Order: sequence, then C-alpha cells, then structure tokens
Amino acid sequence: MHKLYLAALGLALGFPLGTVAQTAPEIKALREEMDSIRAAYQERMQALERRLQAAEAAAPVPASGDPSMARPQAAQASSFAAGDRQVARGNASNPAIALILSGSYTRTSQDPDEYEIRGFQLPPDAGIGPGSRGFSLAESELSLAANIDPWFRGAASLALHPDDTVSVEEAFIQTTALGNGLALKAGRFFSGLGYLNPQHAHVWDFVDMPLAYQAMLGTQYGEDGLQLTWVAPTDLFVELGAELGRGRGFPGNESAGNGVGMRALTAHTGGDVGISQSWRAGLSVLNVKAREQALLATEASGSRVTNAFSGSTRVWVADAVWKWAPNGNATRTNIKLQGEYLRSTRNGSLAYDLDDLGTAGSYRTVQSGWYLQGVYQFMPRWRVGLRTDRLDPGTQDLGIDGAALASNGRRPRKNTLMLDYNPSEFSRIRLQVAQDRARDGIVDNQIFLQYQMSLGAHGAHGY
Amino acid sequence: MNAKVHVCLAAALLTLWAVPVQAALKVVACEPEWGALAQELGGNLVDVSVATTALQDPHQIQARPSLVARVRNADLVVCTGAELEVGWLPILLQQSGNRRIQPGQPGNFAAADFVSKLDVPASIDRSHGDVHAAGNPHIQMDPRNIAKVAVALTDRMQQVDPSQASLYAQRGTDFARRWEEALRGWTVQAAPLKGVAVASQHNGFVYLYDWLGLKEVAVLEPKPGVEPTVSHLQTVLSTLKARPAVMVLYAAYQDPRPSEWLSRNAALPAVKVPFTVGGSEAAADLFGLFNDTVARLLAAATKR
Repeated sequence: MHKLYLAALGLALGFPLGTVAQTAPEIKALREEMDSIRAAYQERMQALERRLQAAEAAAPVPASGDPSMARPQAAQASSFAAGDRQVARGNASNPAIALILSGSYTRTSQDPDEYEIRGFQLPPDAGIGPGSRGFSLAESELSLAANIDPWFRGAASLALHPDDTVSVEEAFIQTTALGNGLALKAGRFFSGLGYLNPQHAHVWDFVDMPLAYQAMLGTQYGEDGLQLTWVAPTDLFVELGAELGRGRGFPGNESAGNGVGMRALTAHTGGDVGISQSWRAGLSVLNVKAREQALLATEASGSRVTNAFSGSTRVWVADAVWKWAPNGNATRTNIKLQGEYLRSTRNGSLAYDLDDLGTAGSYRTVQSGWYLQGVYQFMPRWRVGLRTDRLDPGTQDLGIDGAALASNGRRPRKNTLMLDYNPSEFSRIRLQVAQDRARDGIVDNQIFLQYQMSLGAHGAHGY
Repeated sequence: MNAKVHVCLAAALLTLWAVPVQAALKVVACEPEWGALAQELGGNLVDVSVATTALQDPHQIQARPSLVARVRNADLVVCTGAELEVGWLPILLQQSGNRRIQPGQPGNFAAADFVSKLDVPASIDRSHGDVHAAGNPHIQMDPRNIAKVAVALTDRMQQVDPSQASLYAQRGTDFARRWEEALRGWTVQAAPLKGVAVASQHNGFVYLYDWLGLKEVAVLEPKPGVEPTVSHLQTVLSTLKARPAVMVLYAAYQDPRPSEWLSRNAALPAVKVPFTVGGSEAAADLFGLFNDTVARLLAAATKR
C-alpha cells in the first residue's frame, strides 16, 4: 500500500515536472524540493516500517488472553531452521524429555549382601547399603514433563535399574492455575518431607542417601496420593504442605484398604542474608500404618530373625540448609551446608521370630539419627564434600523377649568424603570414600567411582 | 455489639479491601536491566524487585526461597526469555502457586519475544556448549532492543493494570522520547568504533557488536558457557597474531582473569563491560549503562 502511495506521489510530482519546467534554476529548485519531499517520506516510511516490525514481533504474544502454553522454555527444540518460527513452535508443544545416565564402580571391604544397620529392623527388600560391588549401572532415569493445558502440568520419571527392571519413580499431575499460592499434586511423587527426600538421585551431593534416611524412611519416601502446598503471601518464604496417601513404602506397607495409609504435614521457611547467603529450614511429620510388616533383625547372639510389625509409625524430620556464594554468584566458588534430624516412633505389636518362636507382644521403639554435610566448590567445576552420619537405635520396648533384641549400646555411624568434577552443568564424575560403621563392630571401607550425566531437556533444579 | 463497633469493623474491612486496589503493581524482574526498564516505565505505579544482580551469572541462579516468595506475590514477571533463565525460572513459577505469572498469562513477559534474535542456531547439539535454541539471549546490549521492549512492556503493563493505562502510555511516550535522544547521542559518539576488531570472553556481546559495527575476531570461552582453559587461551593468542584485536571485552559478572591474561600477553586493553544496570558505578540506570559502555569502549579504542 505504501509503495502504491509513493508511486502515485512520484507520478503526481514527476509528470508535470517534465513538461512544465523550463529553465535550469527552476529545474534545480524543483529537484531540491523533490529531494526534500523524498527524504521526508523516506523518514516516515522508515518510522512505519519500524512500527510494523514491532507489531510483528508482538504478534505471537497472547495479548487477548490466548492460553497457549507454547513457550520455548518449556520445550526443547532439537533442531529447526534458523528463523523458522512455525517449526520452533511445533516442537515447543512436545514434552521436555531428559535422560539421566549413571553408572558406578564400587569397592567395599565387607560383603554388601550382609549389610545391616545395627538396631534398626528393616524389611528384607529395604535396599540399604552400598549396592552391588564392581562395575554396575547406577540408577539411570528417563523423565518427561510438560504443561498439559492451561490448568495442569504433568511429569513422570522412570528409573532404569541395573537388574533390567524399570520402576515408576514419579508420575504426577499438578495444578498450575489454582492461584493464591496453592498447588495440588496427584499421582506418585516423592514426599515433601525434609530437604533431601523430594530430590532425585542425580542431584544428590553424595552417591548415597544418609544413614538416617536409609534406616527410617526406606532411603527415600515415595507415595501414591495427593499433596497440597501453599506458599504464604509474605516476604519471608513460608510454604506449608499436606499429603495423603496409601502408605506405599517403608515405614508403611500398603495396609490401609479403602482408607488412608499415610498422612504428612510439611512446613518450610527460608530467605536471604545479604546478597551472598541464603537459607531454608523446615519441620515435617509423617504418619504411616503398617500391618504384618516383615522385618529383619539381628539378635544379641548375632543370629538373624524375621519379625512382623503391625501398628503406626511417626517420623519427625527437621531440616536446614545454608548456602553461600560470593556476591551470590555461585559459578566460581560456593559453599553449601546442610543437616537433618530424624526421629521415628513405632507403636504397635510385634510377632517375634516368625520362623521359630512366633510369639507376639506389644512393641514400642523410639529411634533417631542425623547427618551433617558440607560441600565446597573451591574452583570452577570442582567440588569437595564431607558428611557425617549418626544413628541412635534407642530402646526397643518389647512385651516379651525384650532382652533378645537388646542393643549393645554401639551406635551406627559413618563418615563420607567425596570429590566431584563437573565438566559442564550436564556432566559429573565423582569419587567417594566412606567408612561405614553401621554394622556392629565391623568397619566397611567403601570406595565409589560414579558418573552422572543428563541429556535432553535442560532441567531446572530446586533450591 | 453496638452500632459503633459495627461501623468500625465495616470500616476496617473496607480498608483491607481497598488496600490491594491502591497498591502498586508488583513487578519481579529476572535481570537488572528489565528491573530498571520497568521502573522507568512504571514510576510510582510499580513496585519493582530484581531477582539477580549485575555480579551474578544470569544463566546460573538458584531458585532460592526468597525468590519463590517474591514471585508468589508478583503481578508481572519480566524476564529475558530465550532460555536464558531455563535453569531456575520454571521452578520459581511452579513453586509459587501464582496463576497470574504462569507462561501464557499476561503477567509473564519475556523481552526476547519482541526483538529479532541473533545467533539462532540451525541445529542444537550440546557438544557446541551452552547454545540457546531461541538464539543469543543477551539482547539488552543493543539500546535499539531496549526501545522495542519498552513499547511492548508498556502495552503489557496497561493490560495487567488497566486502571492506570493512560499513565503508562504517558510514561511510555516520555521514555521513548528520552531514549531516542540518548540513542542518537551514543550512535554519534560511538561512530569511531565501527569496524574495530575485538575479542570477547563469552559470546554475550553480539547485539552490542551488531549495533556499533564492532568485529568479533575471537572468543575466549572454547564453547559458550565453558570456562576458558589455558590451552584454548594460547590458541586464541596465536589467532590474534594473524587477526589482531584492539581490545578484549568481558562482562562484570565474569571472572576477569582470562581477559586479563590475554590483555597481558597480547598487549591489548581488557574492557569490563557493565553488561547490565549495576555492573559499574556509572551504570546506575539504563542511560548510565550505555553512557558507560560506550565511554569504556571508546577509551580502550583510543588507548592504542
């Protein structure tokens, strides 16, 4: 349209010029006038062009409340022609897919099959200890996540285990449009207990979970159920959460029938101290039921027995984490300190030595444990970490046969040192050495060499 | 309860109700340049909080609890987009439980959507380093982009806070006028920089080069986002023998050592570019950012 306008203008100005203009000064004057008009129009044209460009750039934005969720950040375009927006937007609706690849070499001075945590009765399939010796595939994980529609997002992560099995670690939907700080999650998810529990294995700072988590939460407490979280409208971060579930894993054992087998409440708060420091602290409580839960125990004499526990378990978790980075820029150096205290109370009845005696009686035990760890990135790509673990098996109050299970007072403990090298934010190679005194009077020296890498979508990690 | 108490209670409730209506629009900016722009365009109509500082690497920010709390209460989140904040912003949005600022909502503003991007890769492969599919996200280094984003942000503020639309329009026009004038000044001032060969520590200055006509002949990072190594610096040094550069540029948040090393060994000045508002003392606002950037480049170019 503008071109037409210009052409018409040219005709209107140009034609009469050719016929009417007679003398040289006149022609010169007219030429100058034309030049000035041309320059003026050129300027206006350029201004219009700029506005057109701005309008074009603004066009894909849902100005009229278009709920399209397609945003480059949510999707991972694998490849597209430069500047071809259509293709990029097509890819943008695909879920973000990430594959975590992990493998390890493990060397232990004691047989991992004989691993136990002294004074803690755990199910036969508890999966505690350093895992298998030698070369092994560590937990590799495939995860997918995307917004489902303007109201929900969904995510799933499938864990690939060294024994050729696949398990569903998480698979949940979550609301995005409740507003007012509320979000509801449904499906399978890691409970929001403590600091470490909701974190996936590939973001742990050590190869394994602390002893306290292994002994009291079945390493990591996952649940099938509902989770409601609310972030308070305050300047200080305050997040409250409530969870209901079937009581799937230890310390529960899916015994609720139609009812609810697990209830949890979580509370977290946090903030910054100046520009260089930040922190988060919380308190959580988990209540689960179990019925005829098979537990392995070691008698004072050293022989192993299988017991069955029925009753309820309450686990309190207090957690705190503090991070420091000069000017808040963690790229070069940073420090992370974290600690958690867990306290578990099991209350109910215990059928003792099912295979042999089979006597039953009331049972109550209060056990606790904590860990404290620090990780220091002393130069870009390199981090060193130290962790110490302590457990207190407490007293096991059995109606009968109490003496048989009595602990000899030695408390399980473990010290761990790790060094990792991160060529990029997607790759990590880690060396970890640990002195594990979870078994009575036996020292297990453990060495791990591990890689953890991720490909695909650029994952975003929580605090 | 007598009538007086009722009146008092009603008054108190009304006050509570009225407060949010009069409150300023709460803006959370991911980077200082957008915080400064929102402040210019919103004035006393907005309450701006900035998630990062000029001394922090915007690629690598942690989703800290304090940021979740701020995003929870935000009416408008102003970020760069183009995957710059991909490692932390999605977590903040998810955890906040705030409907207004979710992707696709008017309260979610990505500046890079409103400018044409440079360095858009034809294919993405992580072996090329930290390459962004949407193109180079450091768009704030070209003041012409700031002008485009300002127009779009004014529109967005009017949309999110319609009761003040005319005031936003006024402020937007005023800013556009002042910016146009300043831009003319910088362009004239920086004319001698046209065609000058430079080296950069990170490929974060393409928009600056595009604006001023500077020519990038070397990058100190072997791949985008990968810290320079000694061996790569040696390679850069030998490249510069064949194609000499006049200066080496690094951003305020970056480790100055690689640039300083090159400065010593290739005998060329290392220029610390403020990169965003707050990156230097003079870069106290958006105008200061470009005043200072142009001044530093000119000083280095004439040092020869």
